[in-house]
Amino acid sequence: MEIIQTDIAIVGAGGAGLRAAIALAEADPKLRIALISKVYPMRSHTCAAEGGAAGVIKSDDSLDLHFNDTVGGGDWLCDQDAVEYFINEAPKELLQLEHWGCPWSREPDGSVAVRPFGGMKIKRTWFAADKSGFHILHTLFQTSLRFPSIRRFDEYYALDLLADDGRCYGLTALEMRSGEIRHFEAGAVIIAAGGAGRMFPFTTNGAIKTGDGMALAYRAGAPLKDMEFVQYHPTGLPNTGILLTEGCRGEGGILVNKDGRRYLQDYGMGPETPVGQPVLKTMELGPRDRLSQAFWHEQQKGNTVSTKWGDCVLLDMRHLGEKKINERLPFVRDLSISYLGMDPVKEPIPIRPVVHYCMGGIHTDINAATPVAGLFAAGECACVSINGANRLGSNSLTELLVFGRKAAMSAIEHLKSAPGSNNASALAAKAQESEARIRALFDKSGAKESISGLRNEMMHTLEEGAGIYRTGDRLAATCAKLAELRQRYADIEVHDKSKVYNTDLLQALELGSMLDCAETVAVGGRDRKESRGAHQRLDFTERDDNNFLKHTLSYHHPKEPPRLDYLDVVITKSKPGVRDYSGAHK
Amino acid sequence: MSERQIQLEVLRYDPETDREPRFQTYTVPCLNEWVVLDALNYVKDNLDTTVSYRWSCHMAVCGSCGMMINGEPKLACKAFIHEYPDQIRVEPMAHFPIERDLVTVVEDFITKFASVKPYLIPKEDKPVSAGEFKQTPAELMKFKQYTLCINCMLCYAACPQYGLVPEFLGPAAISMAHRYNQDSRDGGRDQRQEVIASHEGVWECSFVGACSEVCPKHVDPAGALQQVKVASTIDWYKEHLMPWSKK
Ligand SMILES: Cc1cc2nc3c(=O)[nH]c(=O)nc-3n(C[C@H](O)[C@H](O)[C@H](O)COP(=O)(O)OP(=O)(O)OC[C@H]3O[C@@H](n4cnc5c(N)ncnc54)[C@H](O)[C@@H]3O)c2cc1C
Ligand code: SF4
Ligand code: FES
Repeated sequence: MEIIQTDIAIVGAGGAGLRAAIALAEADPKLRIALISKVYPMRSHTCAAEGGAAGVIKSDDSLDLHFNDTVGGGDWLCDQDAVEYFINEAPKELLQLEHWGCPWSREPDGSVAVRPFGGMKIKRTWFAADKSGFHILHTLFQTSLRFPSIRRFDEYYALDLLADDGRCYGLTALEMRSGEIRHFEAGAVIIAAGGAGRMFPFTTNGAIKTGDGMALAYRAGAPLKDMEFVQYHPTGLPNTGILLTEGCRGEGGILVNKDGRRYLQDYGMGPETPVGQPVLKTMELGPRDRLSQAFWHEQQKGNTVSTKWGDCVLLDMRHLGEKKINERLPFVRDLSISYLGMDPVKEPIPIRPVVHYCMGGIHTDINAATPVAGLFAAGECACVSINGANRLGSNSLTELLVFGRKAAMSAIEHLKSAPGSNNASALAAKAQESEARIRALFDKSGAKESISGLRNEMMHTLEEGAGIYRTGDRLAATCAKLAELRQRYADIEVHDKSKVYNTDLLQALELGSMLDCAETVAVGGRDRKESRGAHQRLDFTERDDNNFLKHTLSYHHPKEPPRLDYLDVVITKSKPGVRDYSGAHK
Repeated sequence: MSERQIQLEVLRYDPETDREPRFQTYTVPCLNEWVVLDALNYVKDNLDTTVSYRWSCHMAVCGSCGMMINGEPKLACKAFIHEYPDQIRVEPMAHFPIERDLVTVVEDFITKFASVKPYLIPKEDKPVSAGEFKQTPAELMKFKQYTLCINCMLCYAACPQYGLVPEFLGPAAISMAHRYNQDSRDGGRDQRQEVIASHEGVWECSFVGACSEVCPKHVDPAGALQQVKVASTIDWYKEHLMPWSKK
């Protein structure tokens, strides 16, 4: 097996991975950096983010307000020390991107423009039209080309972390072009491999978001945290799950039911605000979890519009006018026309809630460090947690930057203090084991299960049990089903026997990652007997701070469901309170 | 639920076993609103797990799924079945070596793209703590269109010149250089110009305009090339005929 020696290996070249790589290269040009990604960096799903990135820059805003919006939005499950760090760093990171050329939208005087987003008391979302993530990703990728020390391994699929004695010393990865497995020897590893929305059947997430990074860390002994919190975005196109950004509502779009009623006023987010004059933190600018839940209730009441793609409500943007839509939301218009055949300038667009974001992820502390020494994580795959029970829209893009950089700094500190492994032979043996695992999967024949079949069953049981509203019974059924799927997974077969760009093999591996993550979602949800943020139980309808002001930690077991443990939330200055998104909050 | 059946002819090539590419035809039941990528995914999930192609976003923004569809470079996720006859042929992008099935080797593009220094080379030194560079909406508009490139390489597959002279830097790389040259914050034009004005740079372009026609993001690389060429010509004159006027 070819060995590639590096100081720091990064798994994932999306926003978080690229930010980490640049920070490393800037800190010390002599560091050897391996940036490993299963797709070319600009294909990473950060490119799909539309709305923007939050950071305090305007004089009417303040760090305290951003703090309160984030912690309240997260239903007090955020670690407040981490939120405070995040909010302080956010403006610097967004300015840094500006200095690297990001084409942020501007005010007439040339300063950076900001737009309102759901759950925010003040406008603070930096945006680049409605392609913010795209521009962030490309700015980072292009900037990374300045640094010769960033050695890219594009289209390499990370397989297993190599740990010895509780410390991480590298990983194995499959070179997709040749089908060969490589051993990356590294003093530290940063995982930045994105989310896992593909566990669900209807999602805004691209095909690559299969939770590989989470599963890598989980199998290597790092716990996954708060996995039961899965965010639904209220406005997805009903046929494809393509997202229409929250910016639609930030700019003044309204949501109506089949009778034309702005139904959000019936769910504690009113009083109704004038059409086209959005009021922050009210009505359409309430938080995502509340909006998605309101959809569910409307559906129960029969107030939704039925379409051939299922029940929908309508997002009406017509009053914004063609000019504003073209200027601020050109991508939204293009996507609606292309994929639904409907023009938001002329007609209301049917939409429904869609799985969007994993609040949970690899357990890290405020330094982006996991409990496994030498292993760091950042971005959507990590859970610091600044997102708590419900991520505030536009905090994630900023999080990639702040904690991508932090992970890099922490990894450098780790290198300084940590001795290299003196157990090369143990690591080599682990790498061999990893190769043998893949070889066995590759060579197996005559198996009974199909990859797409198991994947469908997984998606549907998760949607059944761990959707917008959950009950103990259905969650228990989903847990049982997932345990069954875990066993049946041992009986899948890779039909493609070519070593070159074998996507059959990759899909088999990705399914394994998703099954690992899915079980933590269901088991975590089953045992969290309360309703908080995105985790809503019909059998435990209230938030229970006495018992559950805690993070869920799931530990991997090779043959059994995850073992759960709990960790207290860090509260510094904001005592758990009531989330108020009615017009009365001023 | 199927509304229509199509015959999807897929170019297959496995370098380990095939001496040359061949076509394999699949009958696919399609919904009217499907894109070609949906049909490929149907094949992969239901008929043949060995077909290889790249995709991720399914919303025309990640740039992965470029391929030839009935002979034209297209994003498979933005090629609507209803715009095609019942026979749809998919092949890997022209002008790039085939790696496997619909997957091409794209290193040539990546290398060329990187060679034009596609990053901001700031005109003035300014620490981040001093705040943002001011840029008016009008200044932004000068280059915004060129920032929209998703690196899908369809323009390379369409460019006859790239097919003939593989050294040609090509439309997207040159447009990206132009994007930074036009950015009010940038001072790196001279550095980029060294690469661009070289033989394989801008002079190879014969203004067929095919690149702009196929570009799914309306970047208009042909327009960028035209502007770069004019600017390079002026540079040449300044340098050779009017050396005193050089800045
Ligand atoms: C449609 C959409 C719109 C959004 N809009 C917003 C918004 O407006 N504002 C906001 O703040 N957030 C938004 N989000 C959320 C935000 O975009 C994501 O959370 C964020 O971009 C994730 O970035 P990342 O760097 O963690 O991961 P990604 O960008 O997903 O990158 C993951 C990387 O990991 C690599 N990888 C994964 N597995 C492996 C493996 N096994 N081996 C090697 N490499 C691997 C991939 O190749 C990729 O490079 C949006 C999300 C979506 C889906
Ligand atoms: S210029 Fe257009 S066609 Fe060429 S790579 Fe960019 S987006 Fe694709
Ligand atoms: S799948 Fe992303 S561009 Fe087609």
